[in-house]
Amino acid sequence: MSYPGMNALTIAPPAPPVPVDTAAPPVPMTRLVRVELRKLVDTRAGFWLVVSMGLIAAVITGAMLVFADAEDLSYATFFGMMNIPTGVLLPVLAILLVTSEWSQRTGLVTFTLEPRRSRVITAKLLTSLVAAAGAILVSFVLGAVGTVLAGLLRDGGGSWNLSATEVGYASMGQLIALLQGFGFGMLIMSSAAAIVLIFALPSAWAIVGSVVPWLHDHVQPWADLQFALGPYQGGGGVDGSSWAHLGSAVAIWVVLPLAGGLWRLLRSEIK
Amino acid sequence: MITVERLSKTYGSFRAVDDVSFACRPGSVTGFLGPNGAGKTTTMRIIAGLTPATSGTATIGGHHYHDVPNPGTQIGILLDASAQHAGRTGREVLTLGALAMGLPSRRVDEMLERVSLAPDESRRRIRNYSLGMRQRLGIAHALLGDPRILILDEPANGLDPAGIHWMRGLLRDYADQGGTVLLSSHLLHEVEVIADELLVIGQGRIVARGTKAELLRNAGTFVKALDQGALQRALREAGIEAVTSGDAGLRTEASPADVGRAAAAAGVALEELRAADGAGLEEMFLQLTADTQREERAAAEPVLEGVPA
Ligand SMILES: Nc1ncnc2c1ncn2[C@@H]1O[C@H](COP(=O)(O)OP(=O)(O)O)[C@@H](O)[C@H]1O
Ligand SMILES: [Mg+2]
Repeated sequence: MSYPGMNALTIAPPAPPVPVDTAAPPVPMTRLVRVELRKLVDTRAGFWLVVSMGLIAAVITGAMLVFADAEDLSYATFFGMMNIPTGVLLPVLAILLVTSEWSQRTGLVTFTLEPRRSRVITAKLLTSLVAAAGAILVSFVLGAVGTVLAGLLRDGGGSWNLSATEVGYASMGQLIALLQGFGFGMLIMSSAAAIVLIFALPSAWAIVGSVVPWLHDHVQPWADLQFALGPYQGGGGVDGSSWAHLGSAVAIWVVLPLAGGLWRLLRSEIK
Repeated sequence: MITVERLSKTYGSFRAVDDVSFACRPGSVTGFLGPNGAGKTTTMRIIAGLTPATSGTATIGGHHYHDVPNPGTQIGILLDASAQHAGRTGREVLTLGALAMGLPSRRVDEMLERVSLAPDESRRRIRNYSLGMRQRLGIAHALLGDPRILILDEPANGLDPAGIHWMRGLLRDYADQGGTVLLSSHLLHEVEVIADELLVIGQGRIVARGTKAELLRNAGTFVKALDQGALQRALREAGIEAVTSGDAGLRTEASPADVGRAAAAAGVALEELRAADGAGLEEMFLQLTADTQREERAAAEPVLEGVPA
């Protein structure tokens, strides 16, 4: 059975093409970042994630003022304590920033409005850095409030002994956690799986290391991120080998997922 | 101007899009028609740069989608009205779009009004939207940047008859002002009232194309006799191939004149003899896409309408 036009490979004579303007200004990066920042807080889940970071820091300040020993109530301890929940929530935020484009399928719109995917990824990375900077700023401010209050309310509390090195190391730790989340998000592209894996994998690995002594002695120092970050948290000694261990662990847990995730994301089909 | 040349996409050994070529001209609405799984969405995703083609090219105004700066202001795309964050409000989705495209926020209100989404509806979360409301929002999003080209995947899906009527008017005006529209549908009646040109796809291949009139011209003849058996014999003797059609008649590709002569020669009294019309187009669509049907179909029944999207 055949019908008119059935096998006609010739198409209607070309009409004058509607010019697509390739000289139009592209979407600037600042605008992409503003869009991503807005997307971070314009849903209930995102909004409460961001708000909870501030709330948790405030609760910690209050709890420390009441329960901690007075001599421990220094700016450094306030700041250090606040970095703990932030270190958990920032990677989650980074993961959701990436994976929501797939889980909620908003990528269909996001990547048609900016088809150069690497630019969208850059905007998301910049957005998560802004969020991290915000979180650190909140730690500074609430830490200062706590320190002032400690000086007023608790005898012997409230020393301002925060060193630039401590701030630097803490920020570095946050940045590493954030980038790890970002990499896992891109690589796994599923919110739940990425969040579970980013916490479960390192723990499982730490347990394996603790039962196999050889691994513990020879592999773990180079391949366990929490282990490698240890010296930078306690304010203990940091030497050349600490940096070597950290570099190696970061390469495995941060750089590899980021590279693999980027590779996957730039090639994948957006559905 | 959308140009697709020898486009193919394979998933493993499965050819979702198979050597598809077509062009959509400014000032016209091109209807991309095919049953579920025919390859419409895949083709459109390739045009929008979301799915890489296995071979062939898809360009817009001679450029790849990737090379169009701020594409939202030049090409309006609606691929899946449900692909939105369920927790955002409709207004928020448009606001994000306007922000990305660099448009003033009053554009958001203009578009909401254009697609008749009331202010209170626009402030509801999308999880509470009906499919029809999502389609309206998706169309608003596609029109947001005032593009000259529109690509809409199943936009009439979920719209009520009044909504389809509204969309038809909207796209008609848009095309009359020189816009280019490519829209897909799995329902013939939806697309035949809106589209100037039809592109029929089945199993990844273009099986027919042309204006509705062109497709109908020579679409064949519908004939009905008091004695159906005698008519069948008469036609067979005259070398005319015929198939049973809907209401106890026969449909053939021969012209009404040839059928009439064959019947007269055999002395068969006819009850009805006419050029196959809209029903013929429906039937043709079914025939062309029959291989891709998932359901047993009764002859010439418009089963496609029963196939869920
Ligand atoms: N990622 C994929 N992997 C395998 N098959 C796919 C994939 N995407 C689409 N398909 C198949 O390609 C065919 C065409 O799908 P689609 O373009 O969505 O059809 P339509 O939009 O015309 O209903 C379907 O059979 C579908 O199952
Ligand atoms: Mg489809």
